[in-house]
Parts: sequence; C-alpha cells; structure tokens
Amino acid sequence: MKNTLFALVAGLVFGLGLILAGMANPAKVLAFLDVSGLWDPSLIFVMLGGIALSALAYSYARSRQTSLLNMPLLIPTSRHIDFRLITGSLTFGVGWGIAGICPGPALVLLGAGSVQGLLFVAAMLAGMLLFKLLETKP
Amino acid sequence: MIDWPHFTPWTSLLGGVLIGLAAALLLLLNGRIAGISGIVGGLLKPTMHDISWRIAFLVGLIASPLIWQLFAPLPAIQINTSTALIIMAGLLVGFGTRLGSGCTSGHGICGISRLSPRSIVATLSFMLTGILTVYVIRHVMGG
Repeated sequence: MKNTLFALVAGLVFGLGLILAGMANPAKVLAFLDVSGLWDPSLIFVMLGGIALSALAYSYARSRQTSLLNMPLLIPTSRHIDFRLITGSLTFGVGWGIAGICPGPALVLLGAGSVQGLLFVAAMLAGMLLFKLLETKP
Repeated sequence: MIDWPHFTPWTSLLGGVLIGLAAALLLLLNGRIAGISGIVGGLLKPTMHDISWRIAFLVGLIASPLIWQLFAPLPAIQINTSTALIIMAGLLVGFGTRLGSGCTSGHGICGISRLSPRSIVATLSFMLTGILTVYVIRHVMGG
C-alpha cells in the first residue's frame, strides 16, 4: 500500500518537473531539436539536472540489496546492443521530431486537457499494442 | 543561432532536478526505473502485483497539470502540428519506444545516469533522428 502511495508522489513530482522544465510545451521541444535554426538549448539543462540527481540515487542503490521499502531493485543488467534497440530508438526519434512529444509529456498534455495530447496518447497506445501483437506472433 | 528570448536554463535545470528526484524516489523506494514508456507498456501485459504502482505513478503524472494549476497558471502549451501528423507521431513513438525498450526518461535520464551502454546508444539514436526529422520538416520541406 505504502509503495503505491510513493509511486503516486513520484509520478506527480515527475510531471511537475516536466512542466517547469518546459518539456510539456511541444514547441519548445521542437526548438531544442532545431539545432540549425533558431535553437533553444534549454533542454540540455533538463538532462543535466535529471541525470545528476538520478546518478546519486543509482550509485547509492548499488550499495544495497533491496530498496528502502525492502522491494527488489529491478535495475536492467543487459549490456547487449542489438538491432531492436537501435531501430526502435531511431523510430522513436522520428516520431519525437514530428510532434515534439515523448511519452511523459504526452500524459501531462492529456491531463492538461489538450485534445492533441489525447490523440497522441491514443495513437501511442495503439503503437505499443501493435508492437505487442507483432512480438507475440510466432 | 541561439533563441535567447526563449532560453530558460534555470527553470529547465530545476525541472530536470525534479524529474531526477522522482526517478530517485521510484528507484530507492519502489526499486523501479522511471521510464514512462516502460511503465505504460507494462500495463499492456499486466501481471499480478505489478499493476498498482504503475497505475499510481501514471495517475500522479496525469494529475500533475491539475495540481500545478492550484498554485499557478500552466505555462504556454503550443502545438502547431496537424492532427494527421500528431497521430503518425504517436504511433511511431509508441511502437519505437517498445521496440527500443525505452524513451527520453528510461534511456535518456535513468540509463545515462548509470552509464548503461545500451541507453547511451539509444539516446544518441533518438536524438539523431529527432534532429534530422525537425531539419527535414523545417528546412527541407519548409513546413
């Protein structure tokens, strides 16, 4: 029960961070990706802030066997770089570059009542389901 | 050329710190990676005892603009992309993040912060096509 409540708080803090950072504004994200045009480098600072805090947490987690709530620490261990990882990421980047929306901000836009956000989330879920169908096919 | 009027290093840095704090909370308390595409994707093949934290995190994320509005008006949200392209983008993002096992949060923040070679390659890959796509749309097609 307690872990569910903490997950809710984490989701909320994550969303507030996206809004404050400017990530919930697709036009700002596209201006970040437009390096040869009128470039807005702000989102580099989002990555710096995010990575700094999260790196502290990961280095502390390495010294532990379980989480502070005694849950298993489910950190990916694979180091194998394969075709799926690269083609999937390249595909994601094309979609990100078209609309300036990635999964987290999409859900914030949905919560903000944006119709385009709703359409994006619906299409994103359809894309995820399509992947699942193709993946489970023999 | 840098777009100085829209450059917001401090709020973006602080927003990033909040995102990193959320990732730290989820890792140190729940033992989970704050990768949004993974959290959503996990609900598409639900297993027992693995649903409630995902739903709770997503409820918090979706509710965040409502909580923000209790204290301040939301910053501008500007979307100039046509509906057809929004839907195409959503499909590509949904399919691509599942195939590539992550997005900007799971690979770009969480993965890079633990120096995962997979996440570094993934982040370079989606940054590359993101930049190329914007270049083609804005400077080749002139959209």
